[in-house]
Amino acid sequence: MTSSNDADAAARTGRTGDARLPAPAHELLRTEGIRKSFPGVLALDGVDFALHAGEVHALLGENGAGKSTLIKVLAGVHRPDAGRVLRDGKPVRIRGAQDAERLGIATMHQEFTLVPHLSVAENIHLGRPPRRFGLVDRTAMHSGAAALLDRVGVDIPPGTPVRELGVAQRQMVEIAKALSLRARVLVMDEPTAALSAGEAERLFGIVRRLRGDGAGVVFITHHLEEIAALADRITVLRDGRGVGCVPADTPRDDLVRMMVGRDIERRGRRAGGVRRAAQRPYAGPSLEQANAETEAGAEAETDAETEVEGRPLLRVSGLGRAGGFADVGFVLHAGEVVGLAGLMGAGRTEVARAVFGADRYDTGSVEVCGERLPGHDVSAALSHGLGLVPEDRVGQGLVPGASVQENLGLVTLRAASRAGFVDRRAQREAAARIAGRLGIRMTGLGQRVGTLSGGNQQKVAIGKWLLARSRVLILDEPTRGVDVGAKAEIHGLIDELTASGHAVLMISSDLPEVLGVSDRILVMAGGRIAGELAAEEATEDAVLALAMADGGEGGASGGASADGGGTGNGRDTGNSGGSDGDRSEEDPRDG
Amino acid sequence: MTADTHRTSHGDDAGTGRTGAGAGTGTGTGTGGGAETGAGAGTGKGAVGTGTGGGAGGASRVLPPLRALLRRNGALGALLVLVAGMALLSPDFLSTRNLLNVGVQAAVTAILAFGATFVIVAGGIDLSVGSVAAFAAILLGWAGTSAQLPVWLAVLLALGAGVGCGLLNGGLVAYGKLPPFVATLAMLSVGRGLALVVSQGTPIALPAPVAAVGSTLGGVLPVPLLVMVVMGGATALVLARTYPGRAMYAIGGNEEAARLSGIRVRRQKLVVYALSGGFAAVAGIVYASRLASAQPQAATGYELDAIAAVVIGGASLSGGVGKASGTLVGALILAVLRNGLNLLDVSAFWQQVVIGAVIALAVLLDTLRRRT
Repeated sequence: MTSSNDADAAARTGRTGDARLPAPAHELLRTEGIRKSFPGVLALDGVDFALHAGEVHALLGENGAGKSTLIKVLAGVHRPDAGRVLRDGKPVRIRGAQDAERLGIATMHQEFTLVPHLSVAENIHLGRPPRRFGLVDRTAMHSGAAALLDRVGVDIPPGTPVRELGVAQRQMVEIAKALSLRARVLVMDEPTAALSAGEAERLFGIVRRLRGDGAGVVFITHHLEEIAALADRITVLRDGRGVGCVPADTPRDDLVRMMVGRDIERRGRRAGGVRRAAQRPYAGPSLEQANAETEAGAEAETDAETEVEGRPLLRVSGLGRAGGFADVGFVLHAGEVVGLAGLMGAGRTEVARAVFGADRYDTGSVEVCGERLPGHDVSAALSHGLGLVPEDRVGQGLVPGASVQENLGLVTLRAASRAGFVDRRAQREAAARIAGRLGIRMTGLGQRVGTLSGGNQQKVAIGKWLLARSRVLILDEPTRGVDVGAKAEIHGLIDELTASGHAVLMISSDLPEVLGVSDRILVMAGGRIAGELAAEEATEDAVLALAMADGGEGGASGGASADGGGTGNGRDTGNSGGSDGDRSEEDPRDG
Repeated sequence: MTADTHRTSHGDDAGTGRTGAGAGTGTGTGTGGGAETGAGAGTGKGAVGTGTGGGAGGASRVLPPLRALLRRNGALGALLVLVAGMALLSPDFLSTRNLLNVGVQAAVTAILAFGATFVIVAGGIDLSVGSVAAFAAILLGWAGTSAQLPVWLAVLLALGAGVGCGLLNGGLVAYGKLPPFVATLAMLSVGRGLALVVSQGTPIALPAPVAAVGSTLGGVLPVPLLVMVVMGGATALVLARTYPGRAMYAIGGNEEAARLSGIRVRRQKLVVYALSGGFAAVAGIVYASRLASAQPQAATGYELDAIAAVVIGGASLSGGVGKASGTLVGALILAVLRNGLNLLDVSAFWQQVVIGAVIALAVLLDTLRRRT
């Protein structure tokens, strides 16, 4: 969430100016013309990048710009198709984690790489435990780990199993692990995403110390204020290409322009709701045309047109689950897009999943068209016309190994079966129709979904609900990690759906997107709805003010940093208690 | 297992050799074609495969359908090589009588493996099928002879027992949240134990009509072979064309995505394990019929053969991938190997070594083929 507060932050931080720009320093690492393509996407297209000793070099770019791919090349996870990597001026090949380690490159990925059932000490020394007479020297391992943890500034007994730690503590263990490698090059991919302000500040201290020791740090973050506070230089990536390398005190607007390739043009605000959607033509074949092609489609169209505009389709009241969210209530009307905004961990995804029946809730009710849904029952939800496109596309929304056709037909599989036998021709025709309408770029309906690009995967994930004729769609981060073109197409699709009487609940951490697409905006904070804004009155500042409204109380979610990752982090309350006070004064840190 | 091999090599007299061989390959291609259109993943991969394999030799250009078939089903190529090799090494191998024997030898493993295919495609594992097979057969023998029940009822009871054991497995996995390995390992012990309890540790004679399953149709076609073909066809049909079949691929491919798409995952898991149990019961009856008696220690260790056949046939133990045709080929590879090694007078001890090596090699080749 890049906010307008960033600018303030940058102003407050003040500029250290060019004084910090290093004189021609020793070049630790350089990449030249790195190119990497995945089926359907060119992730990196000739990226040049250089890291000096004693500098913090930020990598900046939109989602999908290629930042993570680049550091995965450096970590040996991906092998580049073309180009070369130089370490201390010598060309090297990084074929795996061992190579990277040997070359003194340590990477902290966005996804944790800790083994939950092993202790902190074992994780820190994973793969290279201190040995004595050929046996693992536990004493040395524990004292070594304790020293590293002390350096990072956390107080965790080295014998604690990692599974008992919270997200922030795990992050600190990751850092300790990277330190234990005594790497000269440290790569950190959004290390602050799960940290509270205080913890992040401690991390910055460690990074500055490493810089002072002559190490080079590659730092990825979406928070411009962090860059201003920490980095020496910035390389901006866009669509897999390096746009340029600039000093860290480059004005924010210039950086943003480099990232998106143009001045940020706000998407037209949805003033008239349904009516306005008709004014903004969508490039692809229209919903009506496409649907009229087949009988099934024609039925869907009739369904949609009989919707009374503005009729309440989804009514959620008093929804709550202990430790997750409380007293959540809202109504979704036919033909409107409601944005659900909030900081990471505010409970948005949890509410969406509970409404859909994917998870249970303790109190409250969910009604679709006046009929109350049984809790924790996905089948009931979807037979009433509710659809969920989950946040984790590949992990929850799709069967990556199955074909486009199979995935599109997943929801309608039961409906398309007579006496247990699937009408495969109808399934194929329906899939072909929807794939054409959504403009899914693929080699054919038989292509495996796992090999599609992010944007096309998302279209498949949405398309299966369109085939099921869902009237109420919940989209959780529908454009995360999706390229600009596909993003516009998905927005156009949302417009079309609402124009034909569907209702859409859209969760997004991309504030400009929420403001541009929604008719109304619900803002969640600490597991509760903190407020509602009409499109006319919504600004980034207004949304953020609500999102941080009860940050001081901590709230039902146990602090904003705690439960962002979803359902698995329930025990993660310890790390946030002391930091909530800081948070309300600080800028939001959100993914 | 060796005893078993010897018994079947004294098989039945034969009619024309070509019918036997023809039946074998015919089933392979037939089921392959059936599953092909349904399993989108397979088709996609096939298309990509032919694209990259453009430089293959002229011989394969003459037979594009065969080449496509081999591309899609690596194990089939291995089977053909194996058959050709055995034919060269042993003049007896290609005789009608011997080929029919191979089919009969493959039958029990194949039927168990068809059931295991459902489970493995859905991302599970079933270790109990050998025990369940023995238990079902013992129950059939006991009901038909000691308890004097009508034969149809005894058969029904045996099949019901198989399905029941499967449902219990499925219930423990789907509702009890036990790992499939643990749940079916427990059933492996329970099933064997129940077989011993009911039989009191001694073989039970089968009712005559059931024992006839072990003989031939018209003096030519062994009934076990027929049962295998029917069960294989049913497996292909279920996997490719039915709702439970398609749901199995979705669940094995990504259980959470399947759940969020409205597939009733727990109910489908019950179906999966029940099918496996039912198939095990059929296999148990076929096994017993060939001996004309149900033995409590029958089919010990067959669950591992079944899993091996499924995996050789190209299924993935992590779920979401697998076909009936592949499983049939896998079972035939194991049977051809055992039969051929017997004909070549390789010692039973060395046979184990060779079979293990072939399992590893077949899957290794398949993995390499997929990677390119």
